[in-house]
Amino acid sequence: MAKVRLGVDVGGTFTDVLLMNMDSGDTFRAKTPSTPSDQSVGIIKGILKACEKAGVDPSEITELMHGTTVATNAMLERKGARVGLIVTDGYAQVLQIARSFVPGGLAGWIVWNKPDPLADLQDTVEINERVGADGKVVRELDEASVKDAVKYLKKRGVESITVSLINAYANPDHEKRALEIIKKEWSDIPVSLSSEVLPEMREYERTLTTVANAYVRPILSKYLASLTSTLEENKIKSNTKVLRSDGGLMAFDLASEKPVNLMMSGPAGGVKGALWIAKQAGFTNLLTYDMGGTSTDVALIENGKPALRRETEVGDLNVRASSLDVRTVGAGGGSIAKVPELTKALRVGPESAGAEPGPVCYQKGGEEPTTTDANVVLGYLPEDLLGGEMKLDRAGAAKAIKEKIADPLGLSVEKAAAGIINIANENMFGALRLVSIEKGYDPRDFALIAFGGAGPLHANALGKLMGSWPVIIPPSPGVLCAYGDATTQTRNEAAKTEIKRFNQLKPEEVVKQLENLRDEAAELLEKEGIGADSRETLFQVDVRYSGQGFEVPIEIDLEQLKKEGFSAITDKFDKVHEQLFTFKLDLPHEMVNLRAVVEEKEQSFGAPELPQGSEDASEAVIKSSDNFWYEDKQYTAKIYDRLKLKAGNKIAGPAVVTEMDSTSVILPDHIGEIDKFGNILINPKK
Amino acid sequence: MSKAKIIETNQEPIKSVDVDPITLDIIESALRNARYEMDAVLFRTAMSPGIREQHDEFPLIADRNGKMVVGQFGSFVDGFLKTYDGDIEEGDVILTNDPYSVEGAISHLNDWLVMMPIFHNGKLVGWSAMFGHMTDVGGKVPGSLPTDATTIFEEGIRFEPFKIYKKGELNSTALEIILKQCRLPHWNRSDFNAIVAACRTAGKRVVEICDRFGVDTYCSALDAALNRNKEAMRRLFRDSVSEEEIVFEDYLCDDGRGFGPYKYRCSMRREGDKVILDWTGTDPQAFGSINFYLNENMFKMFFGIYMIMVFDPQILFNDGFYDLVDVHIPEGSLMKPTYPAALSCRTHALGRMFDVLGGLLGQRQPEFLNAAGFSSSPHLMYSGYDKNQEWYQLFQIGFGGIPGKPFGDGPDGHSLWPSFTNVPNEFLEAYFPLRIERNETVIDSGGAGKHRGGNGVNLVYSFLEPGEISIHDDRWFLPPWGVNGGHPAARSRKIMHRTDGTVESLPAKCDRIFVEPGDRLEFITWGGGGWGDPLEREPEKVALDVRRKLVSAESAEKNYGVILNADEEPDAQATEKLREKMRNERGELKTFDFGRPIEELRKTCKEETGLEPPKQPDFKRATAMMENR
Repeated sequence: MAKVRLGVDVGGTFTDVLLMNMDSGDTFRAKTPSTPSDQSVGIIKGILKACEKAGVDPSEITELMHGTTVATNAMLERKGARVGLIVTDGYAQVLQIARSFVPGGLAGWIVWNKPDPLADLQDTVEINERVGADGKVVRELDEASVKDAVKYLKKRGVESITVSLINAYANPDHEKRALEIIKKEWSDIPVSLSSEVLPEMREYERTLTTVANAYVRPILSKYLASLTSTLEENKIKSNTKVLRSDGGLMAFDLASEKPVNLMMSGPAGGVKGALWIAKQAGFTNLLTYDMGGTSTDVALIENGKPALRRETEVGDLNVRASSLDVRTVGAGGGSIAKVPELTKALRVGPESAGAEPGPVCYQKGGEEPTTTDANVVLGYLPEDLLGGEMKLDRAGAAKAIKEKIADPLGLSVEKAAAGIINIANENMFGALRLVSIEKGYDPRDFALIAFGGAGPLHANALGKLMGSWPVIIPPSPGVLCAYGDATTQTRNEAAKTEIKRFNQLKPEEVVKQLENLRDEAAELLEKEGIGADSRETLFQVDVRYSGQGFEVPIEIDLEQLKKEGFSAITDKFDKVHEQLFTFKLDLPHEMVNLRAVVEEKEQSFGAPELPQGSEDASEAVIKSSDNFWYEDKQYTAKIYDRLKLKAGNKIAGPAVVTEMDSTSVILPDHIGEIDKFGNILINPKK
Repeated sequence: MSKAKIIETNQEPIKSVDVDPITLDIIESALRNARYEMDAVLFRTAMSPGIREQHDEFPLIADRNGKMVVGQFGSFVDGFLKTYDGDIEEGDVILTNDPYSVEGAISHLNDWLVMMPIFHNGKLVGWSAMFGHMTDVGGKVPGSLPTDATTIFEEGIRFEPFKIYKKGELNSTALEIILKQCRLPHWNRSDFNAIVAACRTAGKRVVEICDRFGVDTYCSALDAALNRNKEAMRRLFRDSVSEEEIVFEDYLCDDGRGFGPYKYRCSMRREGDKVILDWTGTDPQAFGSINFYLNENMFKMFFGIYMIMVFDPQILFNDGFYDLVDVHIPEGSLMKPTYPAALSCRTHALGRMFDVLGGLLGQRQPEFLNAAGFSSSPHLMYSGYDKNQEWYQLFQIGFGGIPGKPFGDGPDGHSLWPSFTNVPNEFLEAYFPLRIERNETVIDSGGAGKHRGGNGVNLVYSFLEPGEISIHDDRWFLPPWGVNGGHPAARSRKIMHRTDGTVESLPAKCDRIFVEPGDRLEFITWGGGGWGDPLEREPEKVALDVRRKLVSAESAEKNYGVILNADEEPDAQATEKLREKMRNERGELKTFDFGRPIEELRKTCKEETGLEPPKQPDFKRATAMMENR
């Protein structure tokens, strides 16, 4: 029987299913409308459709990998569970006071209204106990106070409980004992412990992260349970896994317990998909650029490894869970352009016209000009080629831009439209800089891979700003996430905080601890049948100069550590510190966190290939348009049908390449070449 | 006029060129990104919790004339250029902490200011600058903010602007001499390094932008950005500042030497396009260290930003509108003390200035008025030698309640300072010999109002090693005022519980309070004043505050006229009846509610606060000095 793997990505509008036959390497895609009220309905429809296309019986599916935004949306829309919070005496207001931070600069407080905490103060209870920073018990746990707390929260009707006690990162005993008591008093309530979800220093961040976990847990576990039973009803008995924010995979049951790790599951799928496709084409240093309707996600991949960070931003909250370092800016196809009365400056976004009413050119009642409208006016987005479903109203878009932008600024419509695109590009350029230049990377050493509905429209211009070549536009750029889901490996990590100067430690001890963490993390993979031979381990130590507040993760080689001692870590840290911040210091180094990441070794499966053609792409030309504007000049541009392109074809800009879910622009003085996997590789004309 | 001489190897003049509005916006966004990058570099590399965790630092990027294009405190550079008698060359980095030699651009010795000229192909194209609060700069007490200093010589090492880097070469002799004067030299060293790294980062970005657009376009764009702001502000002033003079007065409670309150008086009027802000009527300088050397340009910027935030948050601010504002500060007053007056504890007056500004701006349009609460920036210092004979020294900034405001409630226990945060208690406990027993806001401490003022914070420290503490706070005597019918908030308190059971009230400003292991300090900050009539606050919101233990049931009844039933839900009928009665019994709603008069507060002071009332300050000496000038 063939090994069949599925990648399933649920987006706002469509659910994409990618079926891969692991033996033959054949892939099949199915796209169905998403079903927001119960996503599993759309998913199973897509799966059955893909199976039919592939001629595979659903029972033959061996693995199902899923990128989900259920957790993210519950947080963003504040539709999570009612969380009861149990804290140390004196700390009930830990989320109310937060970090006391008010956004918006000097006098920003005048216009800022603080959102309510994720766990209501009414549902927060203090218990009597205290642990010191050294992990020693200062006051024993008063078990009666825990029982009272549970009674109270039960009466309040909470749906999920979080226990977050002061200094629990240094000694989790009281939290563990509290869990036992809670389970005895109220056996079926889900409980999240701060010492398990995030055993790290900083009480606000740890509490928030644990509460966020408890907040999305009921919704997510219900969703995964419902999906599991739908799959079972359809005789699908595969391994089921969810993509985590950090780009690894997690089995459904574990994901249900620690959903805080899934907040960036969706964008992570995009990054992994981009990486997989680009690798086939021979590129491993990449900037990924995913532009959708309301926002743009960007990330950096160096030597085939996406950059990670130790936190996840969801709306106005910042939780401490590892995620791929994906930066989001509020610039998308729906971003609204405006000229404020007082300053007469052109602003684009972050307000978005969204899907409803949408851009003016969609004719769904939108009146504010958007980035999409500017693309239509400049001829980058053809009026009548969106798979024939919808005709775009170019005249309407031009009228809105004229009245709201061009006239107030005293510019021509085309100049105003170009201005909107340039400002939007500048915003996205800012996000790309954050992940590259500001981390000390030179973007000229990276290729830019563009996807999402709007990414391929702007990619060439951004490549120019960044100096990142080639610009890669993968086939079906709108559904790259499902590729990412399908091609990812299982991954697990184990970490612990131990703040000590290296001169108080012995290398052997650190090696031993790292090995223990490795074994702890590997257990999960072992359970899933991934043996030691199929695993890889990455060891990291977070280091800082003693007294600094932020650490830098340093990757280490255990053998080197054994041989050279701590200089294997500290020398590397000095080098990285200098690269990041222009200086190093002659101060003792301090270890903060230890971490082992265990990952399933990569399996290779080939991407589908295109038939070879010549350089001449004229067979794919649909028509010419003389309405292509660039840098204040009007051009005649050819419009191509992407499905008819062959490997080796070359397309000289200005040109527009259309397909079902996306449109790509090649600017004047640039050439797009089709590689054998169907990627368009755009480079400046030599 | 600029005294400093700029040495450029490239003599080609910068041409003024037309910049289209789009390019202008792009350059402006790029500079804004660079400014945030300065913060990011600093936070990641600085060492003192004050800068790193609490973000007591202020960056800016200026044009070649020293005008701030992005930043928030206005330019520190042009005051320096006016007075610095020397050459400026590529690779130079200027360091100073002397308020008296930069016209108050920084206002006490703890603030170290780094300024760096940015050159592009041998041509000066701008400046990056940043100052940060050093935990210690020497002087008579740990933390270098002596509450009893009478001259600046007692407040630590002082250095006029000099080149800490000359043409890229570090003057390590000077740096080492300076560091030797500080109690925590390794913090100063790394904080200093971090500030320089942040400025260099901005420099790099500016050079990249010049590469991309050309120097002529870059410089012309900055001119245009400054001018754009000026035109927007011109219109804003015309619409929102009256020609008729408006006055506001507020007080600082005491000077740390037993005298107070001290009066701050500011008037505002418009003549044509020009706004005139005048501090005449402000009390003469104090003998102690609460004086605040206010830089005129900085005050223009604060005024501009407040105007923008209150009336039109869309405007991006820079130094462009400075010509439209005249500021007068009387010499020898609390806001412009005469050298060598002590300046270290200026933080209270700095906070009070914002309350005064708030009281001034909204008077003509009370719907835009904010209540008081900026008030101060309370600090705690705790230092000594631990069991291993290692020196520990904590400088921690506290926060109070945010005032009630036109747009909604003031958050409880949050920061009025931009980008400031509290220090995680677990971090404090791991690095200092103390335990934080409680960290909570104080019930009923926010002023009642349709929009409630935020509650103050009670942070309870338990000290684990013998040491000494200093306290810096205000608003303990005169409460933060409410507006448009909103009530004043609760005042701050500091209560020490000794291991032998004695309880003592500590003054708001004090040094050298010795503590023993087990002593507990309640560090209680003030609340924010209320905004609008409390009888108009939705009863459901009042009930929710009660259930959340932010407001007591007694206060709900007494101040909001809300009666709750056994389930802590509002009793609609009883509430309406009570509110009706309260409406009839009270008089006209006051625009400002300052609480009880000063003389009455003096009488009840000892009983209510446990402290002697402040004595009326005697300005004989200061007045004589002012008259002699």
